Amino acid sequence: MAHKAGLFDLRLVIAVLFGVYGVVLTVVGLGFTDDADLAKADGLNINLWAGVGMVVLAVLFALWAFARPVVVPDAARTGREGPGREGSGR
Amino acid sequence: MPVLAQADLRLDAGPLDYALLAIYFAFVLGIGFLARRSVSSSLDFLLSGRSLPAWVTGLAFISANLGAIELLGMAANGAQYGMATVHYYWIGAIPAMVFLGLVMMPFYYGSKVRSVPEFLRRRFGKGAHLVNAISFAVAQVLIAGVNLYALAFLLNLMLGWPIPLSVVIAALIVLVYTTLGGLSAAIYNEVLQFFVIVAALLPLTLVGLHKVGGWQGLVDRVTAGPGGEEQLSAWPATELTGIENPVLSVIGIVFGLGFVLSFGYWTTNFAEVQRALSAKSMSAARRTPIIGAYPKALIPFVVVIPGIIAALVVPELAALKAGDDSSGIVYNNALPALIGELLPNGMLGIAITGLLASFMAGVAANVSSFNTVFTYDLWQDYIRKDRPDEYYLRIGRLATIGGTVVAIGTAFLAAGYGNIMDYIQALFSFFNAPLFATFILAMFWKRMSAAAGWIGLVTGTLAAVLVFVLAETDVLHLPGQGASFVGAGVAFAVDIVVSVAVTTVTRPVPEERLVGLVYSLTPRETRKHSATGENAGWYRSPVVLGIGVLVLTLVLNIVFG
Repeated sequence: MAHKAGLFDLRLVIAVLFGVYGVVLTVVGLGFTDDADLAKADGLNINLWAGVGMVVLAVLFALWAFARPVVVPDAARTGREGPGREGSGR
Repeated sequence: MPVLAQADLRLDAGPLDYALLAIYFAFVLGIGFLARRSVSSSLDFLLSGRSLPAWVTGLAFISANLGAIELLGMAANGAQYGMATVHYYWIGAIPAMVFLGLVMMPFYYGSKVRSVPEFLRRRFGKGAHLVNAISFAVAQVLIAGVNLYALAFLLNLMLGWPIPLSVVIAALIVLVYTTLGGLSAAIYNEVLQFFVIVAALLPLTLVGLHKVGGWQGLVDRVTAGPGGEEQLSAWPATELTGIENPVLSVIGIVFGLGFVLSFGYWTTNFAEVQRALSAKSMSAARRTPIIGAYPKALIPFVVVIPGIIAALVVPELAALKAGDDSSGIVYNNALPALIGELLPNGMLGIAITGLLASFMAGVAANVSSFNTVFTYDLWQDYIRKDRPDEYYLRIGRLATIGGTVVAIGTAFLAAGYGNIMDYIQALFSFFNAPLFATFILAMFWKRMSAAAGWIGLVTGTLAAVLVFVLAETDVLHLPGQGASFVGAGVAFAVDIVVSVAVTTVTRPVPEERLVGLVYSLTPRETRKHSATGENAGWYRSPVVLGIGVLVLTLVLNIVFG
């Protein structure tokens, strides 16, 4: 029975979410941070730093996903351990 | 639930913060729709078709536990007791997780059971199976309700949303993605949630540390504060245990928390074990809890430390710690209070998202383990046998909906009778200790009889309930965490003694039925996993990874002891 093993790549989902978050926070940190915001976080521009950190995380996940893409294994050829039992029976 | 705090914790969330929250919800629901494409059988829906890689199941393993009550509760403990709180993470989790991966997983995954109760059915037959399946199913929907209520309560506190509205919205979101994509959607969202929580808490911790003047500043201020120097070291944790004698306190931590409570929770709670069962190979399944153990060892730095910082920089909490509770704040609000104190709009939105993500993943873990036990262990075994698989897939989806509806009801019940939910939770935590005793005997003592299986479970649980009632009514005087340590210990001992006694007077289970389930009757080859292909390499060896995290934990204990 043909079985789709790789759903969609979770690593790309993580990369996109943190890419969006990172860019938004970086922009807010660079352009829309007033003195009150800075004072609240004890003088740190935390939006900027957290934004940059998230962009880095997103890039790392994207690189990982492209470097080692999910391979849907051909069950007939690669006799791996693990799945293979039918789901319906006991 | 704790007494409601009257202190003003309202966060001034702006449009930007709500937008960041909305983006997250869009991703969560999107994962549900995407995961749906891969669901074509009940095993796909309820066990992800046993197809997930180890890093995914490992992070989900830890995320499923990183729920609301855990997150807020541990930050609260940090604020109140200081560094001793790390015991819940280190000795109270890591050894049990390594034990699950190295010792027990070969039987769970190798026997191809689809749930923890199913293991009991194969090993002991119907008695023990029914006891465990029903108690687990009931516990999960009730705890899902408690989680939902905690979520709604926090939303009300932070954003001013009405509690009934938050309960229903949160339940609907969880319902949509778990009904569509099943366990895969729940697990994928748990991984996403893990990163969002870290992204929320790590900046919070860094800003907090900056605020108190770095690590040295933290040390100086805690030493000078009402808690004093001992709150900076993890041992002997006399405040946490409520045991004055330091030696007895250490023994209490090691055996009560480290052995009975933690092994009971981590090795037999299906909401956790299910994550490992969905892994794609024996090697990945064994690595699941061990990979999860690494972040578990490090999470206290972004949960307990912010709790400690909150007690220093949030004025109301500092006053509470000094003995002045007039502001009405409670320790459980340490984390939201610190967020409100330190984070500007933008990061504030990420932090709110992280907290909500943690709450929802907790509910999803309850619901997605409930529907599996309900479908396979109750419906398929006792109500409608031998139907085609599509039928059970449909039942799985209906069970998800039904479980969520009951959880919503429980949440409203919790809103009305806060204390009752506290008791329910405490009681359910006692189910795990006798269960662990039964599992250890079941896996390593082939003589243990079917009758001993269920009688041991029932008497062990009753013993725990008895200790709980005695402690609540002050017949037994056990302060702090003492009652749950003693209750779990007594339950464990009673289960072992009763199981052994009953076994000696009843017939053993025929040996041919126990192959793959009991250590001495399982051929060495079937317990081993392949170490080739994508399971090759020393860094993928469960034993190497397990020893690595134990060493890490030991070093952390020495440095922060």
